[in-house]
Amino acid sequence: MLELKNVHTFYGHIHALKGISLTVEEGEIVTLIGSNGAGKTTTLRTISGLLAPREGEIWFEGQRIDGVSAHKITEMGIAHCPEGRKIFGRLTVRENLELGAFLRKDKDGIKQDFERVLDLFPRLRERLKQPGGTLSGGEQQMLAIGRALMSRPRILLLDEPSMGLAPILVQQIFDIIEEINAQGTTVLLVEQNARLALSIASRGYVLETGRIRLAGPAAELMDSEEVKAAYLGG
Amino acid sequence: MTIKATRRARTLPDFTTLILWGLGGISLLVILYRIFVVLTTQEELTATIWGFQLVNGLVLGGVYALIALGYTLVYGILFMINFAHGEVMMLGAYAGYFTLTYLNARGFMETNPILTLVITFVAGMLVSMLAGITLERVAYRPLRRAPRLVPLITAIGASIFLQNAALRIFGSKLRVYVKPSVIEGGFRLGESGIFVPRTGVLIFVTSILLMIGLYLLVQYTKLGKAMRAVAEDKDTAALMGIDVDRVIVQTFMLGSLLAGAAGVMLGFHNSQVNAFIGFIPGIKAFTAAVLGGIGNIPGAMFGGFFLGLAESLGPTALGIPSQYKDVIAFSLLVLVLIFRPTGLLGEVLSEKRA
Ligand SMILES: Nc1ncnc2c1ncn2[C@@H]1O[C@H](COP(=O)(O)OP(=O)(O)OP(=O)(O)O)[C@@H](O)[C@H]1O
Ligand SMILES: [Mg+2]
Repeated sequence: MLELKNVHTFYGHIHALKGISLTVEEGEIVTLIGSNGAGKTTTLRTISGLLAPREGEIWFEGQRIDGVSAHKITEMGIAHCPEGRKIFGRLTVRENLELGAFLRKDKDGIKQDFERVLDLFPRLRERLKQPGGTLSGGEQQMLAIGRALMSRPRILLLDEPSMGLAPILVQQIFDIIEEINAQGTTVLLVEQNARLALSIASRGYVLETGRIRLAGPAAELMDSEEVKAAYLGG
Repeated sequence: MTIKATRRARTLPDFTTLILWGLGGISLLVILYRIFVVLTTQEELTATIWGFQLVNGLVLGGVYALIALGYTLVYGILFMINFAHGEVMMLGAYAGYFTLTYLNARGFMETNPILTLVITFVAGMLVSMLAGITLERVAYRPLRRAPRLVPLITAIGASIFLQNAALRIFGSKLRVYVKPSVIEGGFRLGESGIFVPRTGVLIFVTSILLMIGLYLLVQYTKLGKAMRAVAEDKDTAALMGIDVDRVIVQTFMLGSLLAGAAGVMLGFHNSQVNAFIGFIPGIKAFTAAVLGGIGNIPGAMFGGFFLGLAESLGPTALGIPSQYKDVIAFSLLVLVLIFRPTGLLGEVLSEKRA
């Protein structure tokens, strides 16, 4: 469904991605783990068109999408829930969700998804009229995921959905990610919390300073000595 | 667990701040004293005079507010002051002039005065809109990733260019706005006999209607939401599927439409147009936008009326010749920049912009 072939991305002179190749098949949860500065966020931003790779190819459902602008990639069915939530703080919760469905014209479908998101995150329902910026961190994370779902994406790119959340909320968010996946959305999940990410993913990639260091089924990665030592705390 | 004290240490304000506030306080006292003296000694200042100034202030305020909205909309999205905005307005004023003159010559104005007004406004707005789009495309878009000072300088250059291009194309002779008979003269209001010119009514009502329209658009339409999203965070807006470049153009379009209407209004108000009419009102409207808090839409409306009223009531209240109204306007700008750079209605500048 999604394939990166030898992707190189630069920030000015900084060579952030040094030949990333990865695939995500329809229906999977694939996770991308790695330490700070490994290039996880850069990978997602390159897929969603916020950054253009200098070299390499990105294919999505038979179409080449590298170099295509971000809003067109969203239109193709890729939703990116960015690192740090990035909700629109001065817009209301409802408006944030409406913007998630910006490109859609099917009023009934939008309404349906709106209800679905509010069912997934009941706390948002009570706060629809509130400016997004007044939500708590956890609520903002829910809003960010909900907003990404509002585009009814084929694939959802999640960048550290557990960041800054209390453990109980983290578990809740991961349950919801599994539920979203079960409802038919493919997921590419970037996480610091490697253990949890590997526990819900079918496959994983380990990123290190811009390169794929390891790749394989999640269970295998979980057992690998290298991963244990570096990302699972021994 | 330790409880952290987050209270900020109270420090004495530094020396310059102290002096500034001192000066501010003294000038405020002088101004108040002056107003008091004028009010108690100038017997000939009747309600009629005050009322007339008030009406005039509201009319000017409406025009300033419309122009100020253009500055604020563009700033809200690009963090750039479009200093050529006054010239965009001037081009609209010319378009209005040519439309009026043409319709008058054909005898259309005599028979359809209201329709003439509508066509004139539409023509002014369309021409300004085209000017605004062109400006964005040619002068600003190529500089989107340049340091912020660069588009600012370009804007000043574009302003001077447009003034001189207009001078060259339209000549230096004064062009007199003809008025349809429906907006000739005026009437007296009730007992007090305050004189209200018909052009004033037209300008005030039209500006209020346009502002309501803009407010509804920004608040409730898809474009409005997209504009607000782009103003907050362009990357995330793009992730929503919003074509950011398109929204930026549409923002310029909106601001320029309002400027075009303001240009026609100024044409009627001053009864004439020349290549330089955009300059001073442009800077004043910028002042108004800053007064209200630049980037803030209700702020621009408030700032426009505040400035209009200060300019028309100020000289009378202070007992100084009305030629000093520009001094009042720009003193206000300086004062606000010193004491409240975020504007009178200004919210706290968000971390990102500061
Ligand atoms: N805007 C930028 N300009 C310059 N360098 C950048 C920029 N963003 C990221 N980098 C660099 O690119 C590399 C990869 O960064 P990236 O944000 O992709 O890491 P990450 O894996 O997401 O890390 P984290 O887990 O901390 O979020 C880092 O070395 C970082 O310093
Ligand atoms: Mg990251």
